[in-house]
Amino acid sequence: MKMTMTQKILAAHAGKAEVHAGELVMARLDLVLGNDITAPVAIREFPKFGRERVFDRSRVALVPDHFTPNKDIKAAAQCAAMRAFAKSQEIDNYFEVGHDCGVEHALLPEKGLVTAGDLVIGADSHTCTYGALGAFSTGVGSTDMAAGMAAGETWFRVPSAIKVLLRGKPSKWVCGKDAILHLIGMIGVDGARYRSLEFAGDGIAHLSMDDRFTIANMAIEAGAKNGIFPVDETTLDYLRSHGAKEPRAYEADPGADYERTVEMDLGELEPEVAFPHLPSNTRRAREAEGVAIDQVVIGSCTNGRLSDMRIAAEVMRGRKVAEGVRAIVIPATQRIWLQAMDEGLLRVFAEAGCVVSPPTCGPCLGGHMGILAKGERCVATTNRNFVGRMGHVESEVYLASPAVAAASAIAGRIADPRDVMGEWR
Amino acid sequence: MKSKGTVFKYGDNVDTDVIIPARYLNTSDPGELAAHCMEDIDPGFAGAARPGDILVAGRNFGCGSSREHAPLAIKASGVACVVAESFARIFYRNALNIGLPILECPEAARAMSAGHKAAVDIRTGEISDLTTGSVFHAEPFPPFMMDLIAAGGLAPYLKGRCR
Repeated sequence: MKMTMTQKILAAHAGKAEVHAGELVMARLDLVLGNDITAPVAIREFPKFGRERVFDRSRVALVPDHFTPNKDIKAAAQCAAMRAFAKSQEIDNYFEVGHDCGVEHALLPEKGLVTAGDLVIGADSHTCTYGALGAFSTGVGSTDMAAGMAAGETWFRVPSAIKVLLRGKPSKWVCGKDAILHLIGMIGVDGARYRSLEFAGDGIAHLSMDDRFTIANMAIEAGAKNGIFPVDETTLDYLRSHGAKEPRAYEADPGADYERTVEMDLGELEPEVAFPHLPSNTRRAREAEGVAIDQVVIGSCTNGRLSDMRIAAEVMRGRKVAEGVRAIVIPATQRIWLQAMDEGLLRVFAEAGCVVSPPTCGPCLGGHMGILAKGERCVATTNRNFVGRMGHVESEVYLASPAVAAASAIAGRIADPRDVMGEWR
Repeated sequence: MKSKGTVFKYGDNVDTDVIIPARYLNTSDPGELAAHCMEDIDPGFAGAARPGDILVAGRNFGCGSSREHAPLAIKASGVACVVAESFARIFYRNALNIGLPILECPEAARAMSAGHKAAVDIRTGEISDLTTGSVFHAEPFPPFMMDLIAAGGLAPYLKGRCR
């Protein structure tokens, strides 16, 4: 029986020599994650599973990041409930606001809490981010999180897979975001529903860890159960430098069964933009030029990492955010915020006319720190552009890379970074 | 596990942000969530939905965020069953885990219209459009999943089994 990379990780955690697509397995969990929106519901359900303590206090992570710093009294109560649970259960991996905290999917890899070969569930759909590290990780609901915290294991239906063959090297202003938006545009928002997206090909060598996090992060936007990258030197360097546990690198068997193979030449990609109201409504940024905007958001679990800050700053250095545009920059974690400060990036943003926010999911899901009014348009490096996602039901979100977002902030309309850099140089 | 009510009909890719917008996620009280259910695509839904009603939709229902608040809001609205052409996987799992009946039936989902009277039998998977007289058959759930739904979700089901 030849298995995909995902199937091998599931088999190992189910204690089986092999598994096949469609099979139901009970598998051991390496990490169970929740945030200030989803964990309170899980905490309410937790006692119903008949356990007093979580299965392993070092394998539960609780991250207050969505409506933090607390946006209102109700949000504060939810955070307080999670904080109290973390304290009473002596959870090792509770990260308080300001105390080395941040957006969960940027934070957990940074803390070395996920390693290659791990099996992770999180009560957040973007938990699939850790596939970038060669782990199987998937989003679940709060009840599944509660069951996972109680039992340390849960059931999975073994997914079939789509292979995404990446070739070539992306050009200067093209990054992981353009690749994943292009892919979602190709296969649609349910193109990988219930399936794994397994990335392969020599193009991966040209993708940084940050690019891979962005790509795996948005696998859910194609409906995928998980997205996963093979483990290479880039992965191992990242894991080593972030103090992760010893990696277990699984490889798909040669001849493993894939439902289909999708090929993409990274070298031919251009900066992309996903128009409202689906991540699959992609166009080239150049074809979108002229769409006037009111706001830009650079941040989130998709694109709030240091390399995202660097590329946005490169575009904004010495330039000014267009009149009438509010540009909000949100480094995803406290560490990224500090690194961005040390590199002078925060000054670049501030001098360009951006406001720099503390780490938070905030505006991405229409929580706070940048809500849109009726009729307003935003270019965001976030992951969803659904109806009302960032505010009023008649507001619009355009998804793009940090380079496109920064260029658009400068131009006051959707812009290709190559044009902005050329015009002002 | 039979119910009868009015059909509310929506299209493809109904995401969890429109089922329950994030601006209301500062609570997880089912009643409060129900008051804003479907608000951004159908402001009339919360006031009009009655116990036993059927929510019918197209492909990929419940895509997007993993918020369990979405099926909680639908369930607390009184909706007895969601019938769709297909479901996004996290929503599918969450709905069952909280005891919200769902049926995947492309034929019924395409044929049924808003305002029709309909009857659903979760146990057999039979879906009847009482307005047109058409009858459809969804694949019924295996017995353990029926028991889980009847118990009200995963937690009460597992607790019952441990007893």
